[in-house]
Amino acid sequence: MPWFSKSKSAEAQKKKPAKEDIWVKCESCKAHVFKEDWYNSMSVCPKCGYHGKLTAYERIGQILDVDTFKEMFETITPNDPLAFSYSKGTYKDKIVEARQKTGLNESVVCGTGEIFTIPVSIAVMDFRFFGGSLGSATGEKILLAANYAYDHKIPYIIFSSSGGARMHEGILSLMQMAKTCAGIARLREKKIPYISVLTDPTTGGVSASYAMVGDVNIAEPGALIGFAGRRVIEQTIKQKLPENFQTSEYYQEHGFIDMIVERKLLKEALKNVLSYNNQ
Amino acid sequence: MSDYFDFEKPIAEMEKMIEKLKSIAPEKNHFGDEIADLEKKCIAQKKEIYSNLTPWQKVQFARHPKRPVLRDYINLIFTNFIELHGDRCFGDDQGLIGGFATLGKQKVMLIGHNKGKNIDENIIRNFGQSKPEGYRKAMRLMHLAEKYNLPVVCFIDTQGAYPGIDAEERGNAEAIARNLTEMASLTVPIVTIVTGEGGSGGALGIGVGDVILMLEHAIYSVISPEGCASILYRDASFSNKAAEALKITAPSLIELGVADEIVPEPLGGAHRNHEQTAQEIKRVVLAHLAKLTSTSSSRLIKNRFEKYSAMGKFAK
Repeated sequence: MPWFSKSKSAEAQKKKPAKEDIWVKCESCKAHVFKEDWYNSMSVCPKCGYHGKLTAYERIGQILDVDTFKEMFETITPNDPLAFSYSKGTYKDKIVEARQKTGLNESVVCGTGEIFTIPVSIAVMDFRFFGGSLGSATGEKILLAANYAYDHKIPYIIFSSSGGARMHEGILSLMQMAKTCAGIARLREKKIPYISVLTDPTTGGVSASYAMVGDVNIAEPGALIGFAGRRVIEQTIKQKLPENFQTSEYYQEHGFIDMIVERKLLKEALKNVLSYNNQ
Repeated sequence: MSDYFDFEKPIAEMEKMIEKLKSIAPEKNHFGDEIADLEKKCIAQKKEIYSNLTPWQKVQFARHPKRPVLRDYINLIFTNFIELHGDRCFGDDQGLIGGFATLGKQKVMLIGHNKGKNIDENIIRNFGQSKPEGYRKAMRLMHLAEKYNLPVVCFIDTQGAYPGIDAEERGNAEAIARNLTEMASLTVPIVTIVTGEGGSGGALGIGVGDVILMLEHAIYSVISPEGCASILYRDASFSNKAAEALKITAPSLIELGVADEIVPEPLGGAHRNHEQTAQEIKRVVLAHLAKLTSTSSSRLIKNRFEKYSAMGKFAK
């Protein structure tokens, strides 16, 4: 690397913090968007239409009627069942870090609320907490929220945003796939609607459990959805992958997503679907 | 490859010595005492080594090319196997097979990952890595088992579900998710046994049992040690460390409340005695089936729900 480009990038790095105060950089097209514009468009990039990741509470604010959300099971939190440590430190320390960074106790926020006055049980994943990964406490909360829907005969909605199972919890994280699906399966007994909303990203163990078995599967546009990781597939088949591989659009084309709904229309779409529940 | 791993060398040397002594003195009397003594020591050494295998050594055992595969078990302990083919939607996966089978006097629906015994078989069978049509065939057979009132027995031995474009576009994620949901409320008993590798979602896709058994040296993990090492350690050569950290051995799974019982393997591993391994599996599976088949459907489903509800460890 020549000396001049080096100094240039160092200078750019110095300026960065100031820039980020008023700008949001789109993860997809890398455009810098005025923070205010970004939030006014519900964190959807005005330039390319990319649906940016939301925090769980931002999502809840967009979906539920004002002041109807009552959080449940919020004290449930990981406890490092394997005493897991690796090169970058211990899981225990990472949990503390994640909790401090996000103010959350787990990668999912659960509770009840109303969508245009329809009462629902809701679970919203938050990608900031361990990449939205599915740990024991995540699974427990998702099951308890399903059980709440079961006990109170109200629809259940899950918003997924997750890289998959949390390997720091080993086999217990894998078993959360079975555990959450057992909760979903039971809803059928009482004909309770279960809607799955897949947002960027929904991959691995989460796509292979509750996210894919909604009565209706809804995805946000352009979300990464898939089971196996891109790199793993490329290494296995030694071929280039199709252009829109593992996107919402790809999975709709192949029959796994009922509808792709823009964020600004999502609340309306949920109401419309639930209005057909003729119990 | 040699029949012995490096960590088995002391055993290999002793066995060689015993063989040698025996061949020098075929009429036995010459070195009788020495041979008996050595054999005793050899067994002690074996017990010492095989009961203290590290998780990474167990991975080697679980993947041993001579370890019995589903076809061996079908030949050794099942009778009257009628293979049923196809998912009725797309095709017939050779990586995951199933059909009617009889174990002792017990008629069952047998489903399992179908690893091959050589490279040609494995190419056809994708090394026991199933595609969506495999999981959907398994589900079709489970529903048939409900109709015919047969318990389901699942043999798990896979690196994982097949990672390929075709598997993605036909929805491996959905196929596995559907199985997890359907198995939770299946009206007939399900006994699952991990005989070799329990590889993540690909294993769990037929793994939601009323009882989860593991062969003594089998492993069951959310991710392969190599995969974990390359993500968390940024270096696949840390696989042995990852194997340890992930707690993937049968005793660990008992401790974590996931596995219910360990099926003992012959001294030195299942690959040293297929017959004995198979008979042990038969004994344990039949014992569990006897209990489960006398349990009502509603009780089975309730117990299964409670079993999986209790999985996981967290703080409140």
